[in-house]
Amino acid sequence: MQTATSLKVRASSPTDFLSLVTFTVTDQTFGIPVTEVQDVLLLQAIANVPLGPKDVRGLINLRGRIVTVIDVRARLGLPPRTAAGGRAMGVTVESEGEFYTLLVDAVGDVVQHDCARREANPATLDPLWRDIADGIFTTEDTLLVVLNVTRLLAIRTR
Amino acid sequence: MDDLIGEFLTETNESLAQLDTELVRLEQEPNNHEVLSCIFRLMHTIKGTCGFLGLPRLEAVAHAGENILGKFRDGELAVTPDAVTLILRCIDAIRDLLGALEATGHEPDGDDSALIAALNRMANGEVAQAPFSPPSVGVEVSESGPVFAEDGFPVAAELLAEVEAALARGEVKPALPAPPPAPAPSPAPQPRSGMEEPRDSASPAATIRVQVGVIENLMTLISELVLTRNQLLQTQRVQRTNEFKVPLQRLSHITSDLQEGVTKMRMQPIGNAWNKLPRIVRDLSVDSGKKIELVTKGADTELDRQVLEMIKDPLTHMVRNAADHGIEMPAQRRQCGKNESGTVTLEAYHEGGHIVIRIADDGKGLDVVRIREKILSKGLATESELAALSEQQVLHFIFRAGFSTAEQVTAVSGRGVGMDVVRTNIERIGGTIELSSVAGLGTTFLIKIPLTLAIVSALIVEVCGERFALPQIHVMELVRAGGRSASRIEKVKEAAVLRLRDSLLPLVSLRDLLQLEKVSSSADQFVVVTQVGAQSFGLIVDRVYDAEEIVVKPVAPILRGTSFYAGNTILGDGNVIMILDANGIASTISCGDLNDQRDTASTVRDISDTKAAFLLFAAKKRERKAVPLELVARIEEIEVPSIEDIGGRRVVQYRDRLMPLVPFSSDFSWPERGRLPVIVFSDGVRSMGLVVEHIIDVVDDRMSVELKAGQSGLIGSAIIAGSAVDIIDVGFFLRQAYDDWFSGSKIAEQGAVERQALLVDDSAFFRNLVAPLLRAAHLRVTMAADGAEALRLLEAGEHFDLIVSDIEMPQVDGLTLASEVKRDPRFQDTPMIALSSHVSEADKAAGQAAGFLHYISKADQANLAANLNVAVGASIHQLDNTRRAP
Repeated sequence: MQTATSLKVRASSPTDFLSLVTFTVTDQTFGIPVTEVQDVLLLQAIANVPLGPKDVRGLINLRGRIVTVIDVRARLGLPPRTAAGGRAMGVTVESEGEFYTLLVDAVGDVVQHDCARREANPATLDPLWRDIADGIFTTEDTLLVVLNVTRLLAIRTR
Repeated sequence: MDDLIGEFLTETNESLAQLDTELVRLEQEPNNHEVLSCIFRLMHTIKGTCGFLGLPRLEAVAHAGENILGKFRDGELAVTPDAVTLILRCIDAIRDLLGALEATGHEPDGDDSALIAALNRMANGEVAQAPFSPPSVGVEVSESGPVFAEDGFPVAAELLAEVEAALARGEVKPALPAPPPAPAPSPAPQPRSGMEEPRDSASPAATIRVQVGVIENLMTLISELVLTRNQLLQTQRVQRTNEFKVPLQRLSHITSDLQEGVTKMRMQPIGNAWNKLPRIVRDLSVDSGKKIELVTKGADTELDRQVLEMIKDPLTHMVRNAADHGIEMPAQRRQCGKNESGTVTLEAYHEGGHIVIRIADDGKGLDVVRIREKILSKGLATESELAALSEQQVLHFIFRAGFSTAEQVTAVSGRGVGMDVVRTNIERIGGTIELSSVAGLGTTFLIKIPLTLAIVSALIVEVCGERFALPQIHVMELVRAGGRSASRIEKVKEAAVLRLRDSLLPLVSLRDLLQLEKVSSSADQFVVVTQVGAQSFGLIVDRVYDAEEIVVKPVAPILRGTSFYAGNTILGDGNVIMILDANGIASTISCGDLNDQRDTASTVRDISDTKAAFLLFAAKKRERKAVPLELVARIEEIEVPSIEDIGGRRVVQYRDRLMPLVPFSSDFSWPERGRLPVIVFSDGVRSMGLVVEHIIDVVDDRMSVELKAGQSGLIGSAIIAGSAVDIIDVGFFLRQAYDDWFSGSKIAEQGAVERQALLVDDSAFFRNLVAPLLRAAHLRVTMAADGAEALRLLEAGEHFDLIVSDIEMPQVDGLTLASEVKRDPRFQDTPMIALSSHVSEADKAAGQAAGFLHYISKADQANLAANLNVAVGASIHQLDNTRRAP
């Protein structure tokens, strides 16, 4: 809800463009508003958390701060990464004072999209995805799903 | 505000805090010259600095205080409580002035002549004989006009009048002339520079003030530095270039030291939080006429700065409460046979991964009756709700908002904002607060602050390639097992054990516990001998590294569900590591000798399955008998000479009561000497001892019970540990000891009608255990193996006065059964008792909602018989009432 209102504010502000950090998970491209991204990093030493939730990949040390790594594939019910997938990338976001790094397949560019051109979630979208998607931007060759970070991280608490 | 004044404020406030403590010490040891000198120097420094900065009011007050202190030091004036009180008032006045100075940036207007006059009178020895009473000072002095110090210069009113006049004109600069030279003992402040004086003073060891943000930032930077160092080391190892080797090593060491240093910087001894308390307690004892001693222990226990700040106020409040409400007046204490002076103990120590702070007083204890009344009058609970609560639960109401038991609101406490704020503050940092109170003996509060934020030493262990930290506080010793080592891990069935000197240590594999996948099998394994409370166990790990000092950080909210972690931390090498929670691990191990009450309460014992624990013993002629361990309170050995014979019955003094002893066989011949093994059954108040030949063992086994009533004293036989054993009927022996053990039985006898009880439990074992207990209460028992069978019996028109049912059963469970029964008008008055191994509050509520009148725990070993007994009695009583009513 809060996000919806904040988006509205942004949409009505003079700059009608939304800057998004894009990344891919499997074949799907996602975007997170650049204002919510703390850091983009190459993940190296991830400490395991045995018996932790399935979608928690582990913990990392991000400049002296312990950050939980969320496996976005596991979170979205996608198949796990194969070893050949290369080095995993992380997008760090903040939620309620805690930092989380989203483990993704690859991080792309920062793109700008006209807020007015944002499409609503298709009604046929998987309910889990519908919950975490804040609409879709279309480009020539891809569909960019805008991720709602708060709700993405909130799934776990159910 | 002037920078200089800012610095002065911080420094002076520190000096004042120290003065408070020192003065109280002085009062206790009036002849301690060292303390006196220290106090004098502190006061002198304050005065000197005020003069330098042009703060005339402050200076005048400090000067008068210094006057008296000088006389104390030179032995011209005796240190009396009155004098100390006066000086403390002087310090308070200075503090008030400082507060105003801080708020407004300049000295406030006002008049200190009364206080200064009083101080000077004291200095002149005028009030030394007559006790000084603070309220009268103002009046007295204002009437007596200017007062002159002994060397004749006007100190008080007149001088102050000048000061006030100057202030009134708005001149706050060093307009006033330097204060007149102090009387003989005090060195004149003028010759020295005010800025140098602080260094002369005996202020606590060299410290500087640093913004907390700076330290936090430093901490982050150092973590970065460590990471970079590690990368360098890694590069160096790969490239094997030697020219960097030595400097890199140096860099590495320095980095480690630096990190350690900064980590320590955040820690402060807990004593910092309570250095104001001696003063508070002292003032309180003077005001109230009580004699109170404050004892502090473990002041050097280190705490994270943040935690320290958070607990400061709660601690102060609780110590005040203890002194104000807890400790009685001397006369009252004498009446109770207690020492006239009461003690408030404040203690801090590390325990089980927590920092525990104990605040105890030996006063009158909490008044439960008063608390109950208060709860009712404040509408915090209704009478019926209250009746259902245990005393302990009632006591906990003092933590509710808007609760204060003080009869009168004193200046100190009783404003009704107390304990709930304390609790909130402590819970905010993840701590807990418990209290226990014994009427007449005192009240104890235990505050537990979890490891989080605090620094601990932890052992780093590895299993399956993953590293974990285990707080050293739990680690007793390390044992290498397997390979060339003499110790090896053995198995008893599936349970791994280790022979550790004379005892057998149960082992837990960390790999299994954390469900890790085996990477490689090394011949060597290590056992970390861990102790939690009274429980010891060994943790099997693959490797053990060094111990490291770590700052525990709480795990992210997402990981809080797992009970094995106490937190996480970043190691010196920059890696993140999970910290194991030994308490959590211990509670998952079902150890027979688990002494921890809290853990036993939460341990769910599965009794519905036919596995059960029995105490095996030999009765007459070495016959093996068994009794369900659930019913045994304790096993004792009684000295034969201590057994007394009262009217043909043998009794023994046991725990301040007489306990009847009943031999297993009626033809038992009592020996003349030696010791007799006795199995004690208890309902909490009364105990009864069953004398047996000897105790064989406790077996925990799957077994099959065959019911075979007939022989008195036995309920049947069972195959336990491969052989047939008789199971005794505890009820039979209880009745031999106390005719009225079962209070329900009285009612039954009066009614002269034998009641019908329906016992529903899917476990044959449990049916056979409970049935004799019901029969002992003069009930005729019909048994059903599950809810469905019970319902069939009811449908068939069987009449029952009471239903006792298990909750978890196949097909129709206890809750469904209860609601079915309640729905049927024929049975809706039939009282029902639930017997279950799940006894959380939620379970109980669900049971009550379904219609159960009582809810009894199967796992409450010692009290099963007693609880059942009470419930049966109450149910029958209620049944009689409802039947009589229409």
